[in-house]
Amino acid sequence: MRIREVIAEARRRDDPNHLIDAVPYAGTLGLRGAATPEGLVTRLPFRQDLVGNPHLPALHGGVVAAFLELTAAFSLLWRLDGDAIPRSVTLSVDYLRSAGPRESFGRGEITRLGRRVANVRVLAWQDDPARPFAQGNVHLLITPHLEAAGTSGR
Amino acid sequence: MARRLQDDPVYSRFFALPIPHVEALGILVVETGPRRVVMRLPVHGGLVGNPDSGALHGGAITTLIDTAAGCLAMASLEEPSPVATLDLRVDFLRPALDGLDVEVEAVCHQVTRQVVFCRAEAWQGERAAPIAAALGSFMIAGPPLQAAEDRGSGVPAS
Repeated sequence: MRIREVIAEARRRDDPNHLIDAVPYAGTLGLRGAATPEGLVTRLPFRQDLVGNPHLPALHGGVVAAFLELTAAFSLLWRLDGDAIPRSVTLSVDYLRSAGPRESFGRGEITRLGRRVANVRVLAWQDDPARPFAQGNVHLLITPHLEAAGTSGR
Repeated sequence: MARRLQDDPVYSRFFALPIPHVEALGILVVETGPRRVVMRLPVHGGLVGNPDSGALHGGAITTLIDTAAGCLAMASLEEPSPVATLDLRVDFLRPALDGLDVEVEAVCHQVTRQVVFCRAEAWQGERAAPIAAALGSFMIAGPPLQAAEDRGSGVPAS
């Protein structure tokens, strides 16, 4: 099944996990998602093999960045009538505190949606959304969606 | 020859315990030098971010970059100390293809009392055609600095 069909089916079922499950790397990390009235909320259940500092322990900084980037892309896809996975062009992550051995949550806010590029601001937290452990800013290319929309038969 | 972090003469002294996520991904040290390191991420289908094109997810590349730059930040200190990533900025210059291992070179260009600055480039096969470029800064997590030294923060240590 092509990803555009997966996206359409996920939207029909109102189940973002149907879409998330189609992305192998999201599965490798164990990412989950829930549709809420305020938009998509992603969830990263804690696993020992996601740890980057075994002494604290804390999630690997790369896992945190990946969680933010995935949250940005899925938030964008969930909000828009997109039919392709947007490609990240730039990613900026601020690490505010360490992420402990607990479940993490993420939410993306689309700050700007242009014709070719979208800017998504992402927050990740564990116990309290007001105390995020990381914030991210991602620029994603959305050209394929527009190309497809303007081209019949694609 | 490529080796695991805990088998590398430079990096083994920083890691009494293996780093679980680095082990899980199978990241290897390829080359080390003064304030420089090359690491490699063996790729497999589980790292794919776009099932239509087969392109690897940026998160896997960012993880390789953060691992290399973070380890290098630690190794660039005069006295071994843990570091924590403060911020990381990655430009994804071109899509990363499945089937070709990703390599990264991290270079440390500044060490201050509290922060280490690194940059990194990642490529697949051809060093001259990077797939990603990054800047990272790392907080020196310990040992705790004295209050008097604290006031001099921002001044290069050397």
